[in-house]
Amino acid sequence: MHKNNRIEHPEERDKVIIIRDLNKSFGDYHVLKGVNLDLYERENLVVLGKSGTGKSVLIKIISGLLKQDSGTVEVLGKEVSQLNERELQELRIHIGFSFQNSALYDSMTVRENLEFPLVRNRKNLTKKEKDYAVETVLDAVSLGQTINQMPSELSGGQRKRIGIARTLILQPKIMLYDEPTAGLDPITCLEINGLINEVQERYHTSSIIITHDLTCAKQTGDRITMLLDGHFNKVGTFEEVFNTDDERVKSFYEYNFIE
Amino acid sequence: MEAPKSRFVQKLHSMFYELYLVYQFVMKFFKEVLLPPYEGKEIMRQCYQVGYRSLALISLTGFITGIVFTKQSRPSLAEFGATSWLPSLVGIALLRTLAPLLTALISAGKVGSSIGAELGSMKVTEQIDAMEVSATNPFKFLVVSRVLATTITIPILTFYTALVGLLGSFVNVAMFEDTSFNGFISSSLESITFLDIIASTIKAILFGFTIGMVGCYQGFNSSKGTEGVGKAANSSVVIGMFLVFIEEVLATQITFLFRT
Repeated sequence: MHKNNRIEHPEERDKVIIIRDLNKSFGDYHVLKGVNLDLYERENLVVLGKSGTGKSVLIKIISGLLKQDSGTVEVLGKEVSQLNERELQELRIHIGFSFQNSALYDSMTVRENLEFPLVRNRKNLTKKEKDYAVETVLDAVSLGQTINQMPSELSGGQRKRIGIARTLILQPKIMLYDEPTAGLDPITCLEINGLINEVQERYHTSSIIITHDLTCAKQTGDRITMLLDGHFNKVGTFEEVFNTDDERVKSFYEYNFIE
Repeated sequence: MEAPKSRFVQKLHSMFYELYLVYQFVMKFFKEVLLPPYEGKEIMRQCYQVGYRSLALISLTGFITGIVFTKQSRPSLAEFGATSWLPSLVGIALLRTLAPLLTALISAGKVGSSIGAELGSMKVTEQIDAMEVSATNPFKFLVVSRVLATTITIPILTFYTALVGLLGSFVNVAMFEDTSFNGFISSSLESITFLDIIASTIKAILFGFTIGMVGCYQGFNSSKGTEGVGKAANSSVVIGMFLVFIEEVLATQITFLFRT
């Protein structure tokens, strides 16, 4: 099942992320080798690849959690590596990052988790406005009933949803999803895929979705690309990317859709 | 012969590099502690946590130490017919060394390990990264608040330990002699000087800072999953206690210089 309302020709829109000649190594292991990539306004771009190919490293560099060895990463018109701490924090308000293991704060309730970024970045909000913001994002992920629960009381799928809700509370322009369906059952995966599309429609976000799940890629991606040996191969629709003779791409497809 | 030498050089290099990282961590603390925004609510919450976590154990240890120290000292003083000096002896011993040291060691075990494990677990489950990407400074929120909390709370706990120790000592004295509590306390405080109080306060502040800083450093820099969390908790206690002992020796030497 493909994504409904796939955006045609996102290239005609403004670029929100521009990556050029990006290199990153860990010791002798050269993970990203001169990567180039553009993310256009309001599109979902899926980055596929095997584990350890540097997909998560890429979005950590975009969000400023890691520094590149060379190359440029421009987010919303700002070169990330050139920003000082304050400027980086200001930029991060516009970037939502959904972690692979959700990264909810264990010692806080769901409400406190959601309020955490809000109280630190929107200082003048009244209690009523905070409550409204929390309830709105919880409704968006259909988990209003969990508001007073601790993260340890939630299922894997619920944790993922709350993790996404926490990023949405600051109404980011860009969403970075790190393996959104990893470790979830197939039904919950479909729900998360649906949620990613809902977020795009409701909050008009531009997203990079890191995954090795082809169903997720099919259902959420306006464009798809694959990270192979530190480079991106073709960027295009699902069919365009997998209509290839490249054995590495074919084997990835066959493994995912094995009969 | 080449290999062991290069291994030694490598170890020396990594040791100095680690020291450099510690220096950077401490300097970052002093920079962040002065710059707004201030996490007042979180500091108060941490102060409560640090005090609450240690209070029961500190009360018990202080009280028992007071009883045992008095009981052990009595025969030696009795030989010289100087049992009347017991309150002064206990007062001085508790305030100058026992209370700061006991409080610091218990706090290193209870609070230091807990900080190391908590931050270590947050690090390996990417909660610290999550804080950072949600435009919050995790160093200020997690490290500054905890280090300030231990630095503020441990001196308070130290004087509390001294008080509870004196109470334990009074219980022991009262079993053998007919003495009033007020009389015992005033005798205990008689020999205590202003220098003793200042030295103990500074020492306790230093211990608190060290315990908080070691716990935070170990937790904030932990890696290798759950194994790393355990290691962070363990190192927080071991290194924390070791540094407390070194500081105790140095502080005693310095105070002695002032006394003479």
